[in-house]
Amino acid sequence: MSAHTKDHQYRRIGSDKPFLCGLIGFTAIYGLLICLLIIASASHITWSDLIGAMTSKSIQQSLTLTFLTCTCSSILSLLFAIPIGYSLSRFKFRGRTLLDTLLDIPIILPPLVVGLSLLILFNSFPTRESALEGWLNQHGIYITFHIPAIILAQFTVAAAFAVRSMKNTFDHISPRSELVGLTLGCNRSQAFWKITLPQAGRGILSAGVLAWARALGEFGPILIFAGATRGRTEVLATSVFLEINIGNLGGAAAVSLLLITLAIATILIIRTVGDRT
Amino acid sequence: MLDIQKLCIQAGTFKLDSVSFQIKLGMSTALMGPSGSGKSTIMEAICGLRHIKSGDIILADKNITQLRPGERQVALVPQDNVLFPHMTVREHLEFGPKIQQWNHREIKQRSDDLAEQLGLTPHLERMPDTLSGGESKRVALGRALATRPQLLCLDEALTGLDGSTCTEILQLIKRTIAQEGTTTLQITHSKDEATALSQAIIRIEDLFLKT
Repeated sequence: MSAHTKDHQYRRIGSDKPFLCGLIGFTAIYGLLICLLIIASASHITWSDLIGAMTSKSIQQSLTLTFLTCTCSSILSLLFAIPIGYSLSRFKFRGRTLLDTLLDIPIILPPLVVGLSLLILFNSFPTRESALEGWLNQHGIYITFHIPAIILAQFTVAAAFAVRSMKNTFDHISPRSELVGLTLGCNRSQAFWKITLPQAGRGILSAGVLAWARALGEFGPILIFAGATRGRTEVLATSVFLEINIGNLGGAAAVSLLLITLAIATILIIRTVGDRT
Repeated sequence: MLDIQKLCIQAGTFKLDSVSFQIKLGMSTALMGPSGSGKSTIMEAICGLRHIKSGDIILADKNITQLRPGERQVALVPQDNVLFPHMTVREHLEFGPKIQQWNHREIKQRSDDLAEQLGLTPHLERMPDTLSGGESKRVALGRALATRPQLLCLDEALTGLDGSTCTEILQLIKRTIAQEGTTTLQITHSKDEATALSQAIIRIEDLFLKT
């Protein structure tokens, strides 16, 4: 018995190499896959494709519209994600689980379904005659197949990701600092604005980046709800689709590369700023 | 007088029934009891941070039971200080007076005075993550005292501090609350801490029947 125990006590500890190799291997394979995707797109592009894409008026318009709509939808996403994430993190209430599940639906749904649902909501609900779009049109506001539809489609999906991110952020901030704030004379609102929100700065930035990146990659809902009209509701993701449609694979790859560069640059810039702050 | 009258608190399955005790104004009193006996729950109820089922909390002849935490003139120094990571030491000392809309001159004067009393003057521009345990405790004490509360609640104020820092902070607390004339309720499970800081000791097991 004692010999048995002794053997176990002093047994040689297995090497860490397989574990570390596993970690490195999985990271390398996925990293390589992403690199190969970028290289494959780039290899399909000639200089003339790239110059053509960069100087094309419609691509330039599409780039501007992409920036504009992604920024609007990510700001809008944060505007909703901060209070919703805070409520989910701090308050226990009846129906909380149901609300939590409901907020995940845009993440789970196929993008085309989100677009279709938006289209039906604005144009055929509750009836075609009394639909929201008709009422808005009477007041000079046009959503479907216009720029606001792009923002709304991007927002619907991006906000769900931002909410999740903000909830995690607030979960990591101790509610006790708010309680101390209350004893010092704050009401709940002041405790939120002066104590909790400043601590959530990096979380807000990260939720904003996530929402922006999500909006940049959105295509399905935009195609259905905003359409793909050249020069009107064309964002970069739509441009890729339109270029493929006319058989210009080189042009599509050039726009894709632009999209990838834009995404990498934006995330790098915002993360660098975030690290400094 | 702080007069706790038949306080009943329920938090989940934990229940405190009919807790009553009194503390004379201007005195330091320790509420002692083992871990999990409900000391912190009573303190949170006095601060207004916990819902009470019944009973009354009277402070200086005023029933504060239904008042919001910030209206009670009761300040709290939590066990782990709970400093605000985005604020400098000065901002901590000015936080309460600013929220309570004191004028700028009064805020500056009060934070300077407190910084001097607590030995924080050289550290006013430092951030909490650069402070030692003793310095953090002094900031938490200054933040709590800044608005001149009638009652100061110290939740295990000396726990986690090493021997020499503990003695230093103890002397500092004694001196400061004497200067400020603040009534103090100290929560502790250590008899040494209780006798070192407080003139009276209340044992929680003598107060109520716990279920």
